[in-house]
Amino acid sequence: MYGKGLRALSLATFAALTATFALVFFYAPLDADQGFIQKIFYVHVPVAIVTLCAYVLGGIFAAIHLKTHDRGWDLRSYVVIHIALIFNVVGLLTGAIWAKASWGHWWVWDEPTLVSFLIVFLLFATYQPLRFSIEDPERQARYAAVFAVMAGAFVPLNFAAVRAATATVHPRTFGTTGGGLPSQMAWVFVVAIVAMALLFALMCCYEIAAKQTRWQLRALRRRLLGSDAVAPLGRSAAPALGEPSRSAPRESGRGSYPAEAPS
Amino acid sequence: MSVLFAVAPALPLDEAGKYVAGAFVAFVGVIVIYVAIMGVRLQRMSRELSELHRALEAREQGEAERAKGAAAR
Repeated sequence: MYGKGLRALSLATFAALTATFALVFFYAPLDADQGFIQKIFYVHVPVAIVTLCAYVLGGIFAAIHLKTHDRGWDLRSYVVIHIALIFNVVGLLTGAIWAKASWGHWWVWDEPTLVSFLIVFLLFATYQPLRFSIEDPERQARYAAVFAVMAGAFVPLNFAAVRAATATVHPRTFGTTGGGLPSQMAWVFVVAIVAMALLFALMCCYEIAAKQTRWQLRALRRRLLGSDAVAPLGRSAAPALGEPSRSAPRESGRGSYPAEAPS
Repeated sequence: MSVLFAVAPALPLDEAGKYVAGAFVAFVGVIVIYVAIMGVRLQRMSRELSELHRALEAREQGEAERAKGAAAR
């Protein structure tokens, strides 16, 4: 059934987040330069890393959808990008708070790391309106997948370009020369990344389980009460699995979409 | 817990504490909002499911009455 393993994943996420918060405040040493403010690092940087990786993952899922025409992959791509956008907002918020505390400004426009992260956010923020603007589910999935692949490929390129740029004030977490995190901080940082990745996976699993349950309910209603009892789906950015395509049917089996939501 | 607090660095609740608290509250706040949205969705689905259960029961009851009527005839 849907949501299989959600309880175990929820417990693991809760344990990892609790461990992270405990380690951040009771184990990780205070930063010699920034002091207590540096604690924001353990939320901001893992969230940003998970966000960028998730965008790439969304692009990979979209590429699989384009190859296999399986709309389950379109759903995964959509959900991953959707949750990544939420994480992106958290990354921007925590970054702005850290910037205000550390530099005295909420935002610094001449800092490549900040601006590039905002550009990535704005780029993926157009994903939902793009999907919403296309009514036909099949076309919506295909066009959104092309966008997700291109935007997903842009993320590592953007990251490399920022690394190559001469940084002004934003520090580098994975330094290329000398320094780096002390071992105690590095351990806490790794645990924080694992916790954020688990949280991300959990939110994605919840979202997918909720969508699949909703489609199953619609299918059940259709079988039980007839098609007239099921209100037609309005225009939506979310993939509509189990809903018949409004475009002409495809001639081959490859590419035909399932009548029911996949398990 | 008291031992943990004894070995932990002092938490300065001055200027820095305000910002750190703000960042962590922003993070937790977004999770809480997400959980609340999921809760509303779950409620809606559970309502729909109970509606379908009622429809199924009414259908089964009607079928049973029809079968009883046919048997009486």
